[in-house]
Amino acid sequence: MSVSSQPSRVKIVGGTLLLPDGQLQAGPLLIADGHISAVGAAAEGAGDATVINAEGCIVSPGLVDLWCNLREPGDGQKGNITSETRAAAHGGFTTVCASPETSPVNDSGAVTHLIRDVSGSRSPIRVLPIGATTKGLEGELLSDMAGLVRAGCVALANGRGGFRDARVLHRAMAYARTFGITLMLHPENQALAADGYAHDGRITTRLGLLGIPEVAETTAVMEMLLLAEETGVRLHLAQISCGRSVQMIAEARQRGVNVTADVAMHQLLLTEEALSGFDSRFHVRPPLRSEADRQGLLEGVRTGVIGAIVSAHQPHDTAAKQAPLAATEPGLSSVESVLSMGLMLVERQELSLSVLLQRLTAGPAAVLGRKAALEAGAIADICVFAPQERWLADSASLVSAGHHVPVVNHALHGVVRLTMVGGRTAWPSGYP
Amino acid sequence: MTTPQPSPDSVQLTADGQLRHFLTLDGLSRELLTDILDTADSFIEVGERAIKKVPLLRGRTVVNLFFESSTRTRSTFELAAKRLSADVLNLDISTSATSKGESLSDTLLNLEAMASDMFVVRHAQSGAPHFIAASVTPGVAIINAGDGRHAHPTQAMLDMLTIRQHKGRFEGLKVAIVGDILHSRVARSQICALNTLGVEEVRVIAPGTLLPSDAEHLGCTVEYDMEKGMRDLDVVIMLRLQKERMQGALLPSEQEFYRLYGLDRSKLALAKPDCIVMHPGPINRGVEIESAVADGPRSVILNQVTNGIAVRMAVMSMAMGGQVTERVSRLGEGQP
Repeated sequence: MSVSSQPSRVKIVGGTLLLPDGQLQAGPLLIADGHISAVGAAAEGAGDATVINAEGCIVSPGLVDLWCNLREPGDGQKGNITSETRAAAHGGFTTVCASPETSPVNDSGAVTHLIRDVSGSRSPIRVLPIGATTKGLEGELLSDMAGLVRAGCVALANGRGGFRDARVLHRAMAYARTFGITLMLHPENQALAADGYAHDGRITTRLGLLGIPEVAETTAVMEMLLLAEETGVRLHLAQISCGRSVQMIAEARQRGVNVTADVAMHQLLLTEEALSGFDSRFHVRPPLRSEADRQGLLEGVRTGVIGAIVSAHQPHDTAAKQAPLAATEPGLSSVESVLSMGLMLVERQELSLSVLLQRLTAGPAAVLGRKAALEAGAIADICVFAPQERWLADSASLVSAGHHVPVVNHALHGVVRLTMVGGRTAWPSGYP
Repeated sequence: MTTPQPSPDSVQLTADGQLRHFLTLDGLSRELLTDILDTADSFIEVGERAIKKVPLLRGRTVVNLFFESSTRTRSTFELAAKRLSADVLNLDISTSATSKGESLSDTLLNLEAMASDMFVVRHAQSGAPHFIAASVTPGVAIINAGDGRHAHPTQAMLDMLTIRQHKGRFEGLKVAIVGDILHSRVARSQICALNTLGVEEVRVIAPGTLLPSDAEHLGCTVEYDMEKGMRDLDVVIMLRLQKERMQGALLPSEQEFYRLYGLDRSKLALAKPDCIVMHPGPINRGVEIESAVADGPRSVILNQVTNGIAVRMAVMSMAMGGQVTERVSRLGEGQP
């Protein structure tokens, strides 16, 4: 269903539209000159346009990912901007935020420019770089925050690097506040996490794995919330994993703290039990936690305390996962499966389709101060997928250089038929 | 949702329930554990002969693959393999390949090229033998000689053999394991074996810093106070305390640990009069156990060492038997 000639007017008919208010409603969508020109009844009988038949499909704003590792610059054996942005387009994403955990780290305008230049020529989708909060992500010295933002970074993060101590964190927040920059922080108390690599609980106790206790996250969440409240920085807590964190964030929001949060899709679907056979695919950071945590996170997604679901895509070469668990590298290659994993939650009635799609589109866009909505005048970033159609995530179907996917040997629901960025086809066969 | 996982027992058992690897006691049945103990009993007699050999592994190559050094475990595995008439190769990997940057996968490929039949693996990381079992070519048996904090199944089985020799049964026994449970692969395997074999109670006795979270999920009761914990015991198993535990802020001093959790004559007097004292060794006299107890009439520590050879012979011969059965059935199906 590719739009080869990219005509100025395209009409998507027969599909079910996700409207800005979260309603799912059958109707056509008209696109002209890279923008949505009419939605629903207003798009009827719009005269001359290339027609795309979306029968049986959902037509949604393009998915937005707040955390994706594109592995470029520096980690070519694991992937690059070309392979990973194409994979994201295959997953229905029209925008991904590029993690600063590259080599060199994206802690200067020069690296940001490099990522933007390469993306501009090789990516079929939008790539928004995230800069490092501290130099080299080492948690000691502040990065040139204003310069990073001027170069095009949409937020600043410290990834798993953390901060040397609360004083550096406090100052990073106060400095970021100066410029109104969003800090996208991964809460983890490094002293409590120590050498751990799995949720400290039943499975670590049984298998003798080194645990990361829940308090490694919750004490960091509390510290970040209090410091954000004090400095007034715009805080986004990235990839939380504990039910308790959701409660703390909800309380902070109630008293007016300017905080948002996201969760990785695999945290909503899997628990610590996934490690019971020492399967290194499920070595992720933060670790997969208990069923009670998973329930708490789902509740946070339903209520909106967690406004965004991310892929936390981390493609790896085979060797990175071929070792005893402790010696493997954390992360799943997930960007192509996120939508299908979400549909599994819908199938199990743990999330509604509408909430799922909002947390993958408008929610993450709002964190970036953007919009993702099917409304007249909006840029035509669109994802069309067939929710009932099945596919198998294997080496034949995956586009990413990483093949450590969360669900194998199991047909997934949800095939992305069309990913459109600014009215141009990004998937299938989209290549600028 | 949990993605379908190969459970540990499906990795180590053949389709008809025989051992093909020996990785963990988790998931093994009481019948199988009893079978191991009975087989080991029959090998004890071999050790008492003038000619201490049986031809069960004749022509087989057993590689002792020790990524972590160990004198005692390695030498008992070596003796066990030799008494089964196998050819034995001892590799101390901790000082060779890995220090040159070779990955574990590559080391294994090289060793497999030497046409080995069995790897006895000791590794500092939990799950390493599972990883090796999942990646070796079919037909090669993996025996876990201790992995990280996870499991030390042959040690636990020799302890079970020792208990059975002295108590004659498992039903109704109260057994305590004392000391550093958190870091102990031995304790995890022992708790598993004791529960499977049907003891009345497994108690762990330790300070909060040396217990894993949710320790009860292992199938034991938790007691912080050793004097309370010693009551009614039939068996007390002491664990070795590593000196480095003082550095990690887990304990204040050896002296305090000994006073609270060291097994001395006065604490032992609180147990049943016929309570036996066990220790996987090597022992720290004056840290976790008093010399007079370690060398006393209720100590069975040296029986444990003797039993170690018989248990390892049993496990090695059973796993090799499982591999041979599988190979025969693969040939029957026309697969290589």
